[in-house]
Amino acid sequence: MKVTITVNGKQMEDDIEDRTLLVHFLRDIAGLTATNVGCDTTSCGACTVLLDGESVKSCTVLAAQADGGAVTTVEGLAGADGSLHPVQRAFHAEHGLQCGFCTPGMVMAAVSLLKENPHPTEQQVRTGLEGNLCRCTGYHNIVRAVLAASAEEGA
Amino acid sequence: MIPASFTYRRADSADQAIELVGEYGDEAKLLAGGHSLLPLMKLRLAVPEVIVDISRVRELSYIRDENGHIAIGALTRHHDLEHSELLAARLPLLAHAAGEVGDPQVRHRGTIGGSLAHADPASDLPGVVLALDATLVVRGPSGTREIPATEFFQGLFETALEPDELLTEIRVPKRAATGWSFQKFTKRAIDWAIVGVAVQGDAVALINMGATPLRAAAVERALAGGASPSEAAEQAAEGTEAPADLNGSPAYRQHLARVLVRRALEESRA
Amino acid sequence: MSIMGTRVVRVEDPRLLTAGGTYTDDLRVPELAGAAHVTFVRSPFAHARITGIDISAAQAEPGVVAVMTGQDLDELPAPPADNPVSEPLLAKDTVRFVGEPVALVVTDGRYQGEDAAELVSVDYEALTAVVDIPASIEGETLLFPASGSNVLAAGGAETSDDAAFADCDVVVERTIVNQRVAPVPLETRAAAAAWTDGKLTVWISTQNAHWSRDAIAGGLGLEPTAVRVITPDVGGGFGAKIGADPDGIAVAWAAKKTGRPVRWVESRSENLVAMTHGRGQRHILKIGGDRDGRIKAYRLDLVQDAGAYPRMAPLLATLTSLMASGVYDIPHVETRFQVALTNTTPIAAYRGAGRPEATAAIERAVDLFAAEIGMDPAEVRRRNVIPPDRFPYTTPGGAEYDTGEYAAALDKVLAAAGYDELRAEQARRRENGDPVQLGIGLSTYVEITGGVPEAGETARVVVHDDGTVTVFTGSSPHGQGHATSWAMLVQDELGIPMEKVTVLHGDTESIPVGIGTFGSRSLQLGGTAVHQAALEVKEKARELAANELEANTADLEFDVAGGLWRVRGTPDIGLDWGRLAQLAGPDGLVADVHFTSDKSTFPFGAHVAVVEVDTETGKTTLVRHVTVDDAGPVLNPILAEGQRQGGIAQGAAQALLEEVLYDPQGNPVTSTLVDYSFVTATELPSFELVQMETPTNLNPLGVKGIGEAGTIGSTPAVQNAVVDAVAHLGVRHIDMPTTPERVWTAINEARAGQ
Repeated sequence: MKVTITVNGKQMEDDIEDRTLLVHFLRDIAGLTATNVGCDTTSCGACTVLLDGESVKSCTVLAAQADGGAVTTVEGLAGADGSLHPVQRAFHAEHGLQCGFCTPGMVMAAVSLLKENPHPTEQQVRTGLEGNLCRCTGYHNIVRAVLAASAEEGA
Repeated sequence: MIPASFTYRRADSADQAIELVGEYGDEAKLLAGGHSLLPLMKLRLAVPEVIVDISRVRELSYIRDENGHIAIGALTRHHDLEHSELLAARLPLLAHAAGEVGDPQVRHRGTIGGSLAHADPASDLPGVVLALDATLVVRGPSGTREIPATEFFQGLFETALEPDELLTEIRVPKRAATGWSFQKFTKRAIDWAIVGVAVQGDAVALINMGATPLRAAAVERALAGGASPSEAAEQAAEGTEAPADLNGSPAYRQHLARVLVRRALEESRA
Repeated sequence: MSIMGTRVVRVEDPRLLTAGGTYTDDLRVPELAGAAHVTFVRSPFAHARITGIDISAAQAEPGVVAVMTGQDLDELPAPPADNPVSEPLLAKDTVRFVGEPVALVVTDGRYQGEDAAELVSVDYEALTAVVDIPASIEGETLLFPASGSNVLAAGGAETSDDAAFADCDVVVERTIVNQRVAPVPLETRAAAAAWTDGKLTVWISTQNAHWSRDAIAGGLGLEPTAVRVITPDVGGGFGAKIGADPDGIAVAWAAKKTGRPVRWVESRSENLVAMTHGRGQRHILKIGGDRDGRIKAYRLDLVQDAGAYPRMAPLLATLTSLMASGVYDIPHVETRFQVALTNTTPIAAYRGAGRPEATAAIERAVDLFAAEIGMDPAEVRRRNVIPPDRFPYTTPGGAEYDTGEYAAALDKVLAAAGYDELRAEQARRRENGDPVQLGIGLSTYVEITGGVPEAGETARVVVHDDGTVTVFTGSSPHGQGHATSWAMLVQDELGIPMEKVTVLHGDTESIPVGIGTFGSRSLQLGGTAVHQAALEVKEKARELAANELEANTADLEFDVAGGLWRVRGTPDIGLDWGRLAQLAGPDGLVADVHFTSDKSTFPFGAHVAVVEVDTETGKTTLVRHVTVDDAGPVLNPILAEGQRQGGIAQGAAQALLEEVLYDPQGNPVTSTLVDYSFVTATELPSFELVQMETPTNLNPLGVKGIGEAGTIGSTPAVQNAVVDAVAHLGVRHIDMPTTPERVWTAINEARAGQ
């Protein structure tokens, strides 16, 4: 089937197998490989992107379901001038990543979280990230980073 | 992992969805939020030949204050239930419980109707609508019918829905303000309930204590007979068939049911 | 001012945060253009004979390039005839665990692979599955009949010395379990390979490019020079990506056999059954001592579950035995181990690899002893730790501890935690019969780091004529931040700003010799190699500068801040690094170092965990975790803290949540992340880290390893805290993971027993 998805502001059109998962559309067709696959059961959140402005796990959305929609991945988060999004800046400053594999999904989940709750408590950050697994950081610095980003303007 | 091949059809209206389901019959599966179905398809535990995507049927996404009841479109997402001011004011139990389903990403996609139609006894919302004495409105080729929540859940992942029917609305009767509580016991916040309890007034529903969500009838009878919350809660495991799995034995679940029902009753009356 | 010890944010991050890393499955290099996809067919049986494989239906599927089975193994070098327990790349006659590769399909498309793999029809004749350790040792069913036994290895004390316990006031004995856990790096295993002109290039997600090269070359009968291994970004390893697994070697084989470049990434469901697991030990503890708190004798009798094939299990058991007595000065220490094969996923390293098990055993034993004599567990520890004046200290087991300040670490962590106030709060809750009780758990630990220190690590530092530097390191990062650390080391010695330093790793072509990252070895070996290479560069520069400036080398001075060489007394004339590199010749200014050490280093520390236990439901909440983790001087505190935090979380997860389980037929029941309770942010608090630095004298930087410390210290602290929360109810021990039902059951049993 034919689908058209706007990815990071750019319209992508392709003829795909009906069963194509959004994450594979992004990785294999749009060529954006930052979004990762970490599990089969919608558990790990590594594939989190924004679909029409809200966080979703792109391994559990058919590309067909996103037809006509707009997707933002971590590649589309920084400003056109290359300036980092406050969440990206905070992950860097607070050492909120180690191996980096969960990071794109984690960052997108954090962006969505702060959009819905601009000034969360630590506990709200932790619950807000319950759908994103990280094996490296113990979440400590990820939580610090989200709290730091929330203190910034425009996060 | 990737689902086995299927044909994708999108419905833009409830009528079209019913038409498509009628056309494909047993071969078709309805896809609402997809967060129960797609993981099963990826593990190839479900291999439908046709997927009828109803996630864009906007007409079924609403929360309305109608005379005598609150009407909720079946395709209203958990996220919208969680953040609804109307529900916060009139049905805080439902708004709160919706906020406990899965994780934020799941709540952005998952719908109340999808959750009810999937009828996982460990899911939160089936138990909640049972405690709320909700009525489920379903539509099929021959029209609309109403099913009380108490009759909707018929077994493990089994409901009163016919294959050609679509769940369209959940109606919850308005009532005088009564206390409520939702107790979800898990190892991790992200887990399904090992045992859950939803209380609205004197109605008590149990989650994951049998093949379907259950009303704790013995507890409700004891309360009606004037028992205190802690006395009534002692009856919580009566009539249940708690499953055994990685997270708990039946005996442990029975114990949890008693503790959680007591806590729920106490909280709802505080 | 030196950059050493300062909080430098990582140079790796901007790329990871904007474009994402380039993990193996992200590779879009020309060599892999048009690559086919490998999908494995895995055994659904724990133990079975393969009676037939029909690949015809799979071969007929669209897009299928090849189907390979154990029958094709004949073209590879035969396994050594003297090894009765060797592991094939694909099972040929017998499968020995659920998840073992039986066949692989090569398809044009990713999605076609899963469809085709389903059509490979394998006939099995089920055999009795050996699932637990007692059944393994009993040996009624053998995994490898030719070997005559399921016990793969055994060692330690040959006889039991009961006399050592005879004059103790108190002796406590207990059997405990250190359960099997899954490493679960967020990136599953992945590999890609291309065979061109008789040469194999393999991209693989590993902790060791060079060991992987040797394993692939050996497995396929190629000269190591015919194999180039490249490790792109690696999404976590935790010990489970040491070297190359049979699956990865089989992928390389598929590229060679089909002549088509191929790529493979496993699913999480495969990963949870086919990547090695960790831990998996059973301990029989015996501890004896006097009522004044002095421990006099300790015995650890352990069985290591090896899983179905001998990967690293014997090494793990050896390390546990070596580290059995921990930080304590115990006159009589006795250890014994057996390594037993079972029809389960093979066991190998997982963060700590043998040392967390030793620590968990002794720390539980000390708490059991403390409870028995009614003494505060902190006081028992204080009375038994090895005092600072005894270092270097050789344990009864033969480990030579370099440096340690164990009592100081304990006192520091107790002060930071507010131990006395915590005990007071606990007493208050106990007195009030609060349904939510407080538990305070301690662990004091020492661990061995350096992972094969005698193999050392390599570094090549090149200063180019534009003043930039390239560091080639044999170490192989997967999240640790080598690029940042190594650049800091260069800046510190050469005064060249770290922005001008590029760190390259994980390519056996540009780095001919390397070992890799495991065993908390990177900084102490790989970092030292970089440091020494920088020093050598400096010495070469001094000669060149002296020559150019027509001065004595002794008269030269180096201005680190300005990166300039000058003759003393002539501040106006200086040579910068670019000029010196030009003088050195077309290859620039180069130094090669292979730093080795004949001894291991022994980091140590002390942890305090504070938990709340809901005594009605048995549910535990970790509310605080305070640690001292002393691995010597810290190069970059944010990186060291990151290692500690991640380690604490993994260790706490083992204590509270995580466990790989099998049913009696050997079927895994935790094969998705729904069923395997991977710890999330909601189950953890923020951690409280206390700094302490005791250098080693075994390397010029004075550094030990920090990668595994958090895990080793946290598991027993958290487990001890859970037991402590309900100790007043009569509970003495709860096996890990201390799930709500286990805690509830322990409370019930204690009450029933009283």
